Amino acid sequence: MSEVTIKNDEVDIVIGAIQSDLTSFMEAWRPFFSNFHLIVVKDPELKEELKIPGGFNLHVYTKSDIDRVVGSSAGSISFSGYACRYFGYLVSRKKYIISVDDDCVPAKNSSGELIDPVSQHIINLSTPATPFFFNTLYDPYCEGADFVRGYPFSLRTGVECGLSCGLWLNLADFDAPTQALKPTLKNTRYVDAVLTVPARSMLPVSGINIAFNAELVGPALTPAFRLAKEGNLRWETVEDIWTGMCVKVICDHLRLGVKSGIPYVWRQERGNAIESLKKEWEGVKLMEDVVPFFQSLRLSETSVTAEDCVVEIAAAVKERLGSVNPKFVSAAATMVEWMKLWKRVRGQ
Amino acid sequence: MSSKPASKVVAPLKDELDIVIPTIRNLDFLEMWRPFFEQYHLIIVQDGDPSRKIHVPEGFDYELYNRNDINRILGPKASCISFKDSACRCFGFLVSKKKYIFTIDDDCFVAKDPSGEEINALAQHIHNLLTPATPFFFNTLYDPYREGADFVRGYPFSMREGAPTAVSHGLWLNIPDYDAPTQLVKPRERNTRYVDAVLTIPKGTLFPMCGMNLAFNRELIGAAMYFGLMGDGQPIGRYDDMWAGWCTKVITDHLGLGVKTGLPYIWHSKASNPFVNLKKEYKGIYWQEEIIPFFQSVVLSKESTTVQKSYIELSKLVKEKLGPIDPYFQKLADAMVTWIEAWDELNSAPAAAPAADGAKKDASSSTKKK
Repeated sequence: MSEVTIKNDEVDIVIGAIQSDLTSFMEAWRPFFSNFHLIVVKDPELKEELKIPGGFNLHVYTKSDIDRVVGSSAGSISFSGYACRYFGYLVSRKKYIISVDDDCVPAKNSSGELIDPVSQHIINLSTPATPFFFNTLYDPYCEGADFVRGYPFSLRTGVECGLSCGLWLNLADFDAPTQALKPTLKNTRYVDAVLTVPARSMLPVSGINIAFNAELVGPALTPAFRLAKEGNLRWETVEDIWTGMCVKVICDHLRLGVKSGIPYVWRQERGNAIESLKKEWEGVKLMEDVVPFFQSLRLSETSVTAEDCVVEIAAAVKERLGSVNPKFVSAAATMVEWMKLWKRVRGQ
Repeated sequence: MSSKPASKVVAPLKDELDIVIPTIRNLDFLEMWRPFFEQYHLIIVQDGDPSRKIHVPEGFDYELYNRNDINRILGPKASCISFKDSACRCFGFLVSKKKYIFTIDDDCFVAKDPSGEEINALAQHIHNLLTPATPFFFNTLYDPYREGADFVRGYPFSMREGAPTAVSHGLWLNIPDYDAPTQLVKPRERNTRYVDAVLTIPKGTLFPMCGMNLAFNRELIGAAMYFGLMGDGQPIGRYDDMWAGWCTKVITDHLGLGVKTGLPYIWHSKASNPFVNLKKEYKGIYWQEEIIPFFQSVVLSKESTTVQKSYIELSKLVKEKLGPIDPYFQKLADAMVTWIEAWDELNSAPAAAPAADGAKKDASSSTKKK
């Protein structure tokens, strides 16, 4: 297997600050974050000052920065709540971007060692993905594994990986109904594998612990899909699920890979699922339309970049889902706005 | 009639599942599996020289078939069953009367999980088969029906019933299932990674199905589990399970059934000779470059509503699309039809088929000991 070298200056770690006091969060991550550049974006709705300990190489962006950079085109794009991290993606200049929710800390693997999600995400992103045929020993590029008998040789070079989806121990990413029904359900199972999600298979991408190759798929991550009662708990939002499906469709179209599995983070308990349920089931209901739409979506040959794909997806959303729910109309509009903003800010 | 001991491990599905074992040497490996297999019925398919006596450890309830039995039971149709290749195991699938099959190679032993516990591979396969699969949408926490897991946020509720599981594909610690070129380059590599997951292989995705630790629902998919023409007199070997797997996956996708892979692990003890393997696999390595795109593009018609119909349709496509590669595929396509004919003949009527009587007349079969 080829050696993977992480060039630290190719990485940005983007943190969306939904909570103001990031002291314990940053201290917990210090061993793994201190060698990298961090972009911390403060939720524009957050009133209190951010508390961040020293000793990190970081940039903090607040509401005034967002207003300054985005200007009047902020119209349909909201950066409040979990969406604030997308501003970080916008202003980053690095090849690899890693994002972790601010209620997560490092997890331990089955040997009791602390897991470094940064290096694992980089490994995932910089080793090939294998979306066209399933390898039963999972990632063939990791040490001690390989392609199994029956795996076609022509498919063994793989394709570039665009997105790396990590997992969570303790509080898994369940929706509110599931969490409410099983309040004591904790994820204690460490599954020591990362695998490529096959081409044309859709998955729910959780924004809690992700990384992506910004050069390949950066524009595809858009803060487009907001619920009416969008909240500051993951089960009160599906913005990442929406974004993830767009990215998967785009990766499938551009022959890039999406991986899922390690690294794990430890997600701390927060919120009350039953209270969230009392608000709305909107996100859960909307998945019934969202998933079949993305499963059947095929992009045209003329869409050759991530930007082209985003624009095409937006048009398809408006046309095919627009009449189902006005949410989809605004999602489509936001995606288009986002592409314009992306091009302007990133000078492409 | 004999009295049962006071405490005995309850064997799930013990009257509904057959364990099919192809063998050419001996069945000593069964001793290690005794606590887990003893209450189940075994179907042993003896490959190679039929005059050789295969010793079965005492206390197992089994039927044993050698080449003479296969020829006698199938007559001219016996031509579809491979000789001098573990592909002959599918004869065991054919003559079984049970709903479920577990098949295992005779160089596979009980593995231990990371906590040091012995793994009951059969019980895990049964759990896999008795819980739904989720082929339509990928669950990032793997099998949502396992204890301690569930569907993740974003997984549509309308898809949470899943699909019936047709196949449970297990894995191997120690000697991994590599092809000859990989074995030659990495003779010392051992699989030491215990991945604690079962997952459904998504619809539309093919995979290399290994037959050494495999279970399936015979009623749902048995007719597709034909292991092809391999071994003696054939230009190819070590592609039997691959062939069965590609056909099976296309058909399970078509019929809305699921295929799971992952746990359980067994301990694979013997590495076969890579030079011998290379000779067997050689043509397959080239042919699979065309075979895979063929299977990936197969679309079965709406009229193929059963496994048998789907399989016959597939055989026609094989003849048409793969026939030009080599005359072998024409023979294989014909053998696929023969297999279905044999399957329907032996599995149509609820009355006892000739196969059962035939087996008991031959080699000694011991009755269950309590």
